[in-house]
Amino acid sequence: MKNKLWTLAATLALAAVAAEPANAHRQWMMPSSTVLSGDDVWVTVDAAVSNDLFYFEHQPLRLDAMKAWAPDGSEATIENKATGRYRSTFDVHLTQKGTWKIASVADGMMGSYDLNGKTERLPRGTTTANLAERIPAGATNVQTAESSNRNEIFVTVGEPTDTLFKPTGKGIELVPVTHPNDLVAGEAATFRFLLDGKPGAGLPVTVIRGGIRYRDDLGEETLKTDGEGKVVLNWAEPGMYWVNVTTPRAEGEGEGPPPATAAPQRRASYVTTLEVLAP
Amino acid sequence: MQPSPRALVIGGSLSAALAVPVLAAAPTVMDVTVNIPRLKVAEYHKPYVAFWVEKAGAKAKTVAVWYDHDMKANEGTKWLRDVRQWWRVSGRSMTFPANGITGATRAPGAHKISFTRAQLAAMAAGDYVLVVEAAREVGGREMLRIPFTWPGKAGAGARAAGKAELGAVSISFR
Repeated sequence: MKNKLWTLAATLALAAVAAEPANAHRQWMMPSSTVLSGDDVWVTVDAAVSNDLFYFEHQPLRLDAMKAWAPDGSEATIENKATGRYRSTFDVHLTQKGTWKIASVADGMMGSYDLNGKTERLPRGTTTANLAERIPAGATNVQTAESSNRNEIFVTVGEPTDTLFKPTGKGIELVPVTHPNDLVAGEAATFRFLLDGKPGAGLPVTVIRGGIRYRDDLGEETLKTDGEGKVVLNWAEPGMYWVNVTTPRAEGEGEGPPPATAAPQRRASYVTTLEVLAP
Repeated sequence: MQPSPRALVIGGSLSAALAVPVLAAAPTVMDVTVNIPRLKVAEYHKPYVAFWVEKAGAKAKTVAVWYDHDMKANEGTKWLRDVRQWWRVSGRSMTFPANGITGATRAPGAHKISFTRAQLAAMAAGDYVLVVEAAREVGGREMLRIPFTWPGKAGAGARAAGKAELGAVSISFR
């Protein structure tokens, strides 16, 4: 009896793992402030991966790729880094007036190859840099696609500036029409998203207000960028909002492992946390 | 932003002002009386208060800011952004302290401050709104809007009354 139950539990657990989409949990950063005044200004950022926004209750966001840029474009130091069981935390000393960017960008490589009559998938952790050594000798029909994941936030001391929005041309990037640190409930905000430097047309956009632990209705908004990559967001209430933009996914994708023979698709995702102030 | 329904214009309307020739004796000073309410709270700090003037199509003009201006290393500037509407329309583009504009916070009670035409940035005749916004450390925030016409008529005025962080606010011209 005990054995049978154990087997059933294991089967269910396996099914759960298989059904879990690649991005089942939400990764996020939470700054102590986004609109700042003063002469000696700091921001503290919590970073985590969780289901509920914005509660650190599952995994910390790794800080290996975390970087910060001052309004003049120079790279700033990530200070007082710590990674605990459920969250990471760090500080940035905001020594210049204007808009700062704090971002973690990760690029990867997905794909497959044929070897000895079998199709194998590239292992996790493959990048453009280590691709060559991960493909064994004799492999044929090598198919690859890049994945780009960007998680970034903006904080502003004094007047907002737009010096840090020059696109790099890789992955999904935000180009403000409305400045991300000038958001007020009741005023619509427009953002433009680029995919690999070109207008990201038809990209799915998900917007969720924080605090979901204490409400039944997730209140998730699902939108799509227009032909120019633009999307208009309406904030009914002030608060911290999680915004996620991804490359489109095919119907049913993520519900189980993709067939090994499927050609890999270019994938990109973008996450930011936006603070919407009360009017 | 709509004017607060509490704000009542007693002063002359634009058409009335235009009908009267502007004489050399036209008022050149606006007096503002602000009541800071006495609050029974466990922890009280005098509020930060910002005063600014709005005119359709023009950038907001800050005329006075009361804040903790004398803390070491200018630490009082950290909380200026809590006067959030003012911060957005004007404060964030200023440097502090600002000569002739910034000063110390005030205790509960009535305070009169006066603005000359020069302080009001040499106003052209027309319709304006004086906005007063108060934000208190560990407390709340409140904003009042008082429409007025410049140049105002001597003795005429307008008032608005707050409910929480501001008491009665009135303006008059001389």
